[in-house]
Amino acid sequence: MKVLYFAWLRQRIGVTEETVPLPSDVTTVGGLLTFLQGRSDEHATALADLSVVRVAVNQDYARDADPVSDEDEVALFPPVTGG
Amino acid sequence: MIRIQEEDIDIGAELAALAADNHRIGGIATFIGTMRGLSDGNTVAAMTLEHYPGMTEKQLHAIEREAQARWDLEASLIIHRYGRFQPGDRIVFVATAAPHRQAALESCAFLIDWLKTKAPFWKLEETGDGARWVDAQDSDEVATARWRDTAK
Repeated sequence: MKVLYFAWLRQRIGVTEETVPLPSDVTTVGGLLTFLQGRSDEHATALADLSVVRVAVNQDYARDADPVSDEDEVALFPPVTGG
Repeated sequence: MIRIQEEDIDIGAELAALAADNHRIGGIATFIGTMRGLSDGNTVAAMTLEHYPGMTEKQLHAIEREAQARWDLEASLIIHRYGRFQPGDRIVFVATAAPHRQAALESCAFLIDWLKTKAPFWKLEETGDGARWVDAQDSDEVATARWRDTAK
């Protein structure tokens, strides 16, 4: 799975994107977030407060219960501030 | 039409192109978002706007389609810039053209409210205390929610 990070999430985790081999028991957005929290200290810190983390799956907003698969492009970012 | 670009927006040229040869149009509403030089009382010297290429276009297309479904529009245009900005610079331009003013004015407000909460852009401000990411505003969520309440 390709995971992209934006804004301060990118800065805190230290990468723009990474390819993550998805464990077979990770099937939802919520499960993926928990899995990513365990990848490194930087991930754990950046993803400590999930209330300020938004998720997109294949460039559409997704909720915790939405499914994810290894072929998806997933993006993690803070609440948006455009306009 | 939607466009994501780094270069400045030529408002006159964009408006002329939007309405060219369409005589069903009776009114055009516009919104131009510019960079403020003050944030929470602090002077902001510059700002960088980052976005998610691909998702930005997808979300703006969806918002534009929603506006065209809700209102009787002849044309619409959303241009959002990215990159580094200084106070006064144009950031975003929204224009809606319709036979009558109400559809133009309402849909223009709808588009800017929605893109503020849905379009994947993030602002990094440069202040005297260093760089800081701008927090999302609850008031923007409220502004977007009012369109949900008035869904046709």
